[in-house]
Amino acid sequence: MLKYAVKRILLAIVTVFIIAAITFFSMNAIPGGPFSKEKAGDPAVQAVLEKRFGLDKPVHEQFIMYLGNVLRGDFGISLKTGRDISQTISESFAVSARLGGMAAATAVCIGLVLGAIAALSRGKWPDRLIIFVTTLFVSVPSFILATLLLLVFCLMLGWFGVWSPNNPNYVLPVISLALYPMSYITRLTKSSMLDVLGQDYIRTARAKGVRESLVIFKHALRNALIPVITYVGPMTAYILTGSMVVETVFTVGGLGTKFVSAINNQDYPMIMGVTLFLAILMVAATLISDLVYKVVDPRISFD
Amino acid sequence: MSQPLLQVKDLCTSFDVESGEVRAVNGISFNLDKGKVLGIVGESGSGKSVTAYSIMRILVEPGRIKSGQILFNGEDIVKYSKLQMRQFRGKRVSIIFQDPMTSLNPTYTIGNQLREAILLHTDRTKEQANARALEMLQLVGVNDPQKRLNQYPHELSGGMRQRVMIAMALACEPDILIADEPTTALDVTIQAQILELMKDLQKKLGMAIIMITHDLGVIADMCDEIIVMYAGRICERGTADEIFYNPCHEYTKGLLRSIPKLDSKNERLIPIEGSPVDLTCMPAGCAFAARCDKAMKICLKQLPQEYWINDEHLASCWMNVKKVYDEAAKGGEA
Repeated sequence: MLKYAVKRILLAIVTVFIIAAITFFSMNAIPGGPFSKEKAGDPAVQAVLEKRFGLDKPVHEQFIMYLGNVLRGDFGISLKTGRDISQTISESFAVSARLGGMAAATAVCIGLVLGAIAALSRGKWPDRLIIFVTTLFVSVPSFILATLLLLVFCLMLGWFGVWSPNNPNYVLPVISLALYPMSYITRLTKSSMLDVLGQDYIRTARAKGVRESLVIFKHALRNALIPVITYVGPMTAYILTGSMVVETVFTVGGLGTKFVSAINNQDYPMIMGVTLFLAILMVAATLISDLVYKVVDPRISFD
Repeated sequence: MSQPLLQVKDLCTSFDVESGEVRAVNGISFNLDKGKVLGIVGESGSGKSVTAYSIMRILVEPGRIKSGQILFNGEDIVKYSKLQMRQFRGKRVSIIFQDPMTSLNPTYTIGNQLREAILLHTDRTKEQANARALEMLQLVGVNDPQKRLNQYPHELSGGMRQRVMIAMALACEPDILIADEPTTALDVTIQAQILELMKDLQKKLGMAIIMITHDLGVIADMCDEIIVMYAGRICERGTADEIFYNPCHEYTKGLLRSIPKLDSKNERLIPIEGSPVDLTCMPAGCAFAARCDKAMKICLKQLPQEYWINDEHLASCWMNVKKVYDEAAKGGEA
């Protein structure tokens, strides 16, 4: 177990390094730079700025320099705002994570219940309704859903206020963020549940005289959860770090929004900072869901 | 005459599928007395397992008991409520299945699953249930039983798992144990061990057994009575000796010809040609007629009635009627 965890962490470091390298070089390959737009008219100022931040050096030297700084815990400052990047990320992550945490919890809870209901009422109307609605939510892009929710419940019906940093209204953003993963988990749970309910050990449980509710919650659900866990780990990481689309639509100042503006501004240290943060979070989430597997399914061994 | 432990009366079980009604069990009746061993033999799709699942009422949708009675000590369990049925399963009648590899829940320990069965039907405390589980594992010959209690099914071999299944089925001392092809998924040496164990346990505990198999060889020296099923009907029944030494249905004869014998050298086995009948459109006559090389016109037109061969033997085959007529005709000539 420990050996496995160490091995996975070493591998994770390699993964993060590769992600950093790819991002760094492709980001630099995009024409233009952080100072090229506004100061285009003044080449001298631009040259001074670029020299100040080491942008005049060859890209590979910049990369090595950047890695060195990161290893010392220095993610640099934003070339746009001049603020410390670690601080910016931690502040905006707090907003995104609260929103995402609520959305992830909603998605998992409702998704599991709906999936189980659909599986147990297979072919009957609750199943058909659930599958119809979830197919809809899986297929419609989130920017349309988010915009529609905003239009209907905020502007037309006026049930929920518009988001503002001092008076954040979580309901609509959480719903728009949760609908896709919720629908996906519902469908995953349903198919996995149906698969499990057809297994021999379910028949054994019934033949023992186990109550139907226990057959489902003790014998079936635990086995049905195994494929769901694979999805929930990375999904949680993804959702916690903020959706660019949903945050933009609701003007939530989270990590997603920061990431988008960093890319637009070609704010190199900011892009790198957010990318590394996301990569580490994602790798950690995958590792955790793999470890949770072992708890749920004793057949999995790490040797 | 005392009442039989289990009486199945004219049981019909069907599966309603899109292409029609599959009559998996089509009007069968039999009795099982206390402490006796009944063998049910037939090829795949003959309705053996469906009969077993009907008795346990664990048929999966769209299967349903269409008509008939299943009397246990005179009470019709087809009319039982869900609650009554739960108290019946595992307590009065237990079942073990074909594939021990998949019949135990992979996410719970052996001890947990054994304990569950015990706690469901008795007032034992958790500690007492554990003690009982240990006792059962010892009884079925699982080595190192204390250690097994905390192990998961995947840590045990197929034979061991089937022993655990048997321990679980017998933990609440049922009156009947249904064994649905208990050795089919195991290799030959393990098969023999499991059969030996079942015989041994039957002697020790005295429960009745319904032994379902497609292999006549498996049940030869174990059963008091044998039922041969084909296409959801019983085509022949009788004591084990009668079935083996005096088969009176062409299908049973075919089954016996397809068993390898110890003394035969370089003899080819004779298979039964053709494939089982489509259960959604059953023929008017004998279901086996299409595959029977002795089939007569009447076999195709009319269902043969059960015909008493002797006190211990019944068969549903027109050949037996023909034989009587032929003998009578011979007698007339002479």
